[in-house]
Amino acid sequence: MVTGSNTNGIAAGRLDQQDYSENFDDLHPPLSQHEAMVAADRCYFCYDAPCAEACPTTIDIPLFIRQIATGNPIGSAETIFSQNILGGMCARVCPVETLCEEVCVREEAEGKPVKIGELQRYATDMAMAQGRQFFVRGPSTGKKIAVVGAGPAGLACAHRLAIYGHQVRIYDAREKSGGLNEYGIAAYKSVDNFAAREVEYVTSIGGIDIEHNKALGSDISLEGLSGEFDAVFLGIGLGATGDLGIDGEDSAGVDDAIDFIETLRQAEEYSAIPIGRKVVVIGGGMTAVDAAVQARLLGAQDVSICYRRGKGQMAASEYEQDLAASNGVTIRHWLQPGKIIAEGGKVSGIEFEYTAFDNDRLKGTGETTIIPADQVFKAIGQKLDIAKLEGSGLKTNSGRIAIDENGQTSNPKVWAGGDCAEGGDDLTVSAVAMGRDAAENINLKLATGA
Amino acid sequence: MADIRNNFIGIKSPNPFWLASAPPTDKEYNVRRAFEAGWGGVVWKTLGEEGPPVVNVNGPRYGAIFSGDRRLLGLNNIELITDRDLHVNLREMKQVKRDYPDRALVASIMVPCEEQAWRKILPLVEDTGADGIELNFGCPHGMSERGMGAAVGQVPEYIEMVARWCKQYTRMPVIVKLTPNITDIRYPAKAALDGGADAVSLINTINSIVSVNLDNFSPEPSIDGKGSHGGYCGAAVKPIALNMVAEIARNPETADLPISGIGGVVTWRDAAEFMALGAGNVQVCTAAMTYGFKIVEDMITGLKNWMDESGHATLDDFRGKAVANVSDWQYLNLNYIAKASIDQEKCIKCGRCHIACEDTSHQAITNSVNGERRFEIIDKECVGCNLCVSVCPVENCISMVEQQPGTVDERTGKKVSADYANWTQHPNNPAAQAAE
Repeated sequence: MVTGSNTNGIAAGRLDQQDYSENFDDLHPPLSQHEAMVAADRCYFCYDAPCAEACPTTIDIPLFIRQIATGNPIGSAETIFSQNILGGMCARVCPVETLCEEVCVREEAEGKPVKIGELQRYATDMAMAQGRQFFVRGPSTGKKIAVVGAGPAGLACAHRLAIYGHQVRIYDAREKSGGLNEYGIAAYKSVDNFAAREVEYVTSIGGIDIEHNKALGSDISLEGLSGEFDAVFLGIGLGATGDLGIDGEDSAGVDDAIDFIETLRQAEEYSAIPIGRKVVVIGGGMTAVDAAVQARLLGAQDVSICYRRGKGQMAASEYEQDLAASNGVTIRHWLQPGKIIAEGGKVSGIEFEYTAFDNDRLKGTGETTIIPADQVFKAIGQKLDIAKLEGSGLKTNSGRIAIDENGQTSNPKVWAGGDCAEGGDDLTVSAVAMGRDAAENINLKLATGA
Repeated sequence: MADIRNNFIGIKSPNPFWLASAPPTDKEYNVRRAFEAGWGGVVWKTLGEEGPPVVNVNGPRYGAIFSGDRRLLGLNNIELITDRDLHVNLREMKQVKRDYPDRALVASIMVPCEEQAWRKILPLVEDTGADGIELNFGCPHGMSERGMGAAVGQVPEYIEMVARWCKQYTRMPVIVKLTPNITDIRYPAKAALDGGADAVSLINTINSIVSVNLDNFSPEPSIDGKGSHGGYCGAAVKPIALNMVAEIARNPETADLPISGIGGVVTWRDAAEFMALGAGNVQVCTAAMTYGFKIVEDMITGLKNWMDESGHATLDDFRGKAVANVSDWQYLNLNYIAKASIDQEKCIKCGRCHIACEDTSHQAITNSVNGERRFEIIDKECVGCNLCVSVCPVENCISMVEQQPGTVDERTGKKVSADYANWTQHPNNPAAQAAE
């Protein structure tokens, strides 16, 4: 009997136990003190620093790095958390290569930016390990606010509201808090149950209680919340991945990349997770990379990411693309899915059509190719589950909840932020910024009665 | 190829790089390694009187200050003179000198300030075949409490007296090592000259406390919770040493007194600077203690290559060339006007020049131009202070550009003059000499 990597079809236990733990170890092991000192020393303490400008939460990066360099890592953590209470997770998952580190002047000078993300992790890890809290709940205002969604936007919003002394109730549809931090990020980016520990750290300020398994649209309604609470913040994220809309899509082995990533994150044993021998991931973003790389790490032999446009249009950063390549993932461009080829109800391959730009419009060229696959992951972007908002009267824009510059929706009692809201860009750090800023505005409006 | 053979007061060495009297020259083993590595000479670790040697502390002897990435900038030490028996040292010196006749071997000596003490030790040293002696009048810790080292170097009369004894009782060339822990280096140098010394060497280490332990509040290096001031050395002291060398070299009374330059020599470039200010050679310690003896290879080739590129065939061709350019402030040309200029190609846009100028100087650098992050000099405000150059992390990105005579200085609205004019002639100077 063929075992291990050579097993055809979708199978678990392709690797030795040892390989799993090595494969799913921390992508970037934490910096030692010495490494942090060397890395921090490279920061020039720029004035009006480009890195801080590039950070969606505008963390004062030069200051927090200087604080590490001077032996003040706790002060450093306070600098970070005062702008971004999820600074620990952002340090792990931010695509720094397209944000702060991309604009680091040492990137310009030497092509090697300061390791901002890893330094941020160094300081935040230290403060969290020591249980250092920098914020206290303000005196009670008597105001109650409902936050829907315990993801990055909801947590950041709740924390900031608690600082102001408001009572916050978070509702989350899932079993656990954290949203995509808990369910939607590659396992090697958040090891040791970090997402849950971070939720604990954030909510320990007090004044925040969380109810799980309460989904908007079924267990709770916007109307009900608006009646019961002084304000409502929606940080519900996006729903399911859209359909490919091609023949054979319902074949066994055609799966949602998001579900796969979630399975990995929630797994007790990686060896129990079945994976195809030949895997094709359709898409060009971070989700596609997370799914493809982890398919390889589970022992899939041939893994391809197929994207309908070129390298330059991929949403996954160059760093992520390199990460995929170095893990043995083949990235193929200019291919759009034509149909799933199935045998006995199970996927056996996928037919792609080559594409090209024709006057700025992407078109199939008519030429096709078949890539054998016993598992196909769809990573073509998630959509807001409009049904959840039915009857709420909230306006949407381009498939997301319409908000103004303060995060306020068309309903003056309701704010929204994160991926579900207009301007959401599928980044944890952006969601944090939107949640935090909405909280500021909610506080302002409640205080002034405006 | 440039010839870097050195002749310092008749003491010949294949290159001008000597190891200073210090831990690296404490014993035969180290000195042999140094000579094998290529050092031109050594000043043997200071010898004391016959009899039971001094003892050192048994805890830490060194403290340090660092730049980023823990690069050693300055070292402080509380080690004393040799703690080995005089005759062991003498025997080793004799053997080493015999085996390395082409290298300079100078004996550093520190004995009590009594004629008899010096008279007694000098013949013993002479017998080793040493090329010369260096009188340690500089050591600032420990020995100075016993009336030796810096305690002598701080009293010009004592310097002159001891130098005279030494010239009287030995045929060896006499170098007086000066302490910087004084207010005006010219006086001890003059005293050495008056005593008949052949040369001075400087600087010895500077009184210092490098750090305080904030857990137990002990100065460091800490010996059982207490610390003593120690001698500061290394790259950080080079500016102090250069100035003192220059002060002696440009003082008409001591202008011809040979100088062995010491203090923060880390590279060939440092050595060339000391020699440009009049030093006949240099002595190195901290750099060797940081990196080992191998650095001399770069010192030798670096100096030779620079000399070749600059057209200096021998050390004498550039020695002292900067002395005449060391001036009193009052004679600096106030009509010389320079302004900063930023090379936008090299600029990495860190903004440090801007914030340094904006917060602490003359508000003469933009941080944005037409809404773009861009750093440009505002000539109307720039006084040419050079702070921006000093804080810029990119070499040669900002340079000071001399304003040409005839052009208008935008800051003052006045034409740049080609004439030399200094403070002694300036109308704002109440003591100015009116032009006739």
